[in-house]
This record gives sequence, C-alpha cells and structure tokens, in this order.
Amino acid sequence: MNNLKKRSLSLVFTFLSILLLVPTCWAQNSTPEMATFFRSNGKIYVVVLVLATIFAGLFIFLIYLDKKIKNIENN
Amino acid sequence: MRLRWWKLLSIVLVFYSLYFGMMGEVPSKDILNETIRNLYYHVPMWFCMILLFSYAFVYAIRYLSSNNIQYDLKSAAFNKVGIVFSVLGMITGMEWATYTWGEPWSNDPKQLGTALCMLIYFAYLVLRNGIKDDEKRAKISAVYTIFAFSLMIPLIFVLPRMVDSLHPGNGGNPGFNAYDLDNRMRMIFYPAVIGWFLLGKWISELKYRIDHIHYKKLYHE
Repeated sequence: MNNLKKRSLSLVFTFLSILLLVPTCWAQNSTPEMATFFRSNGKIYVVVLVLATIFAGLFIFLIYLDKKIKNIENN
Repeated sequence: MRLRWWKLLSIVLVFYSLYFGMMGEVPSKDILNETIRNLYYHVPMWFCMILLFSYAFVYAIRYLSSNNIQYDLKSAAFNKVGIVFSVLGMITGMEWATYTWGEPWSNDPKQLGTALCMLIYFAYLVLRNGIKDDEKRAKISAVYTIFAFSLMIPLIFVLPRMVDSLHPGNGGNPGFNAYDLDNRMRMIFYPAVIGWFLLGKWISELKYRIDHIHYKKLYHE
C-alpha cells in the first residue's frame, strides 16, 4: 500500500515537473539563433527593403523609357 | 506647364502614405511585427495592376469597335505598366513572405494564381513583339487582352477565396478582414491605393505618348 502511494506520488510529481518544464522548452524553441539584421527592431527593415524594391523597379522602368525616348530622338 | 490635378493628387497621396505609413500607429501582432506596414506598399501594387489591366481591357474593346490605332497603343501601354506593377508586387510579396511565412515561395494559392496571371501577361509581350504588321498586331493583342483579363478575374479573385491560403483571412476572404485592418490603417491604406494607381496611370500615359510619337514618326515621315 505504502509502496503504491509512493509510486503514484512520484508519478504525479513527474507529471507536474513535465508541465513545468514544457514552457521552458517552448521558450528555448521560440528564440532560435535567427536574429539577423532584417529581423531586428520589429522587422522594420523588411518594410525598408520592400520600399527600396518598389523604387528600384520604378527607376529601372524610367531608364527603359529614357532609352526609348533617346532612340526616337536620334532617328 | 501646369500639372493636371490628379497628377498632383498622386504625388500628395504617395507621400502621405510614405510618411504616415512609416510614422503612424499600427496594431502589434506576433510574427508580423512592423512588417504590417507593408500593407501600405505591397498591396497597392496589386490594386494598381488590376486597375491598369482594366483600363487596358476597356481600350482593347474600344479598339475592336473603332479600329483606331491610338486605342491599341493605349491598351498596350496600360498592359505593360500593369506588368511592371505586377512584378513589383510579386517581388515585394516574396520579400515580405521570407520574414513572415519563413520562405519566399510557399505555393500559396494566391501566389500560384498571380504567378499564372503574370505568365499570361508575359505571353502578351511576346505575342506583341512577334507580329510585325501593325493592324494584325493591334487586333490580335486586343483580343488577347480581353482573354487575359477574363482569366485574371478567376485567378486572382475567385480561386484563392475557395481554398485555404496563407494570406490574411484564409479560406473565404483573402484580404485583411475587419479585425486585422483597423480604422487607423484604413485611413492610410485607401489613399495609398489611390495614389499608387494615379501614379501608375501617369506612367502609362507617358508610355503611350512616347509610343504614339514613335508610331507617327514611323508612318508619317
């Protein structure tokens, strides 16, 4: 009887300790070593990257138009 | 030279969205973090593309009913600038996805739909460059524009809504829904859409004017 009580107590204890441990495991999983530049400061640099892409695209198109106009002027 | 009112409006609205998009308050969310601000810059690219393609569609129909080559040139200019905006929307979307969904391409239904739509419009460029006769080119590209536009609607508006998507409001509504898009963001998002669309229309108009001058030089000198 005493033995059974001890065993069930140890089971409950193990269960509780697992419950306590799980969140710490999560915490470890949720902070992987990925803090690169683009992930810093609330990922604000992703927005900067997107804006830079948009303007780069518009400028590339402008250069294309410029070339086209030059062609027409030269002919 | 005086600028037309809507060109001024586009400058004002784009700068408004740049300033308030970066400085304004946004809801804080996990994973998205500050990248929620991309809503003001990535999404207007697609809105602008859709509106430019609709203009091209209307001009294609007008060309077919009138045989006026100016409408063909206009339709082509709107399609080409629309393609530029679709490429920008795709690249910015992939950049955003890299830091939120974990990879640039995740075979999301909306990504696939827009990729198909882009391929259809790329084929338009190839088709147009492949035909030397002006009359024939105008007619075929007008008909192709009508088909491409009619395909774009199910590819972008219908199919992604029928399956689960990584895009916000998955399954049912692929847009930011009433809970995500609060009123503060609406006040910046809609002006941004209008501003970028007017800018796209402006660029298309310049492209048309250049093509028109080129056309006149080729045939009337």
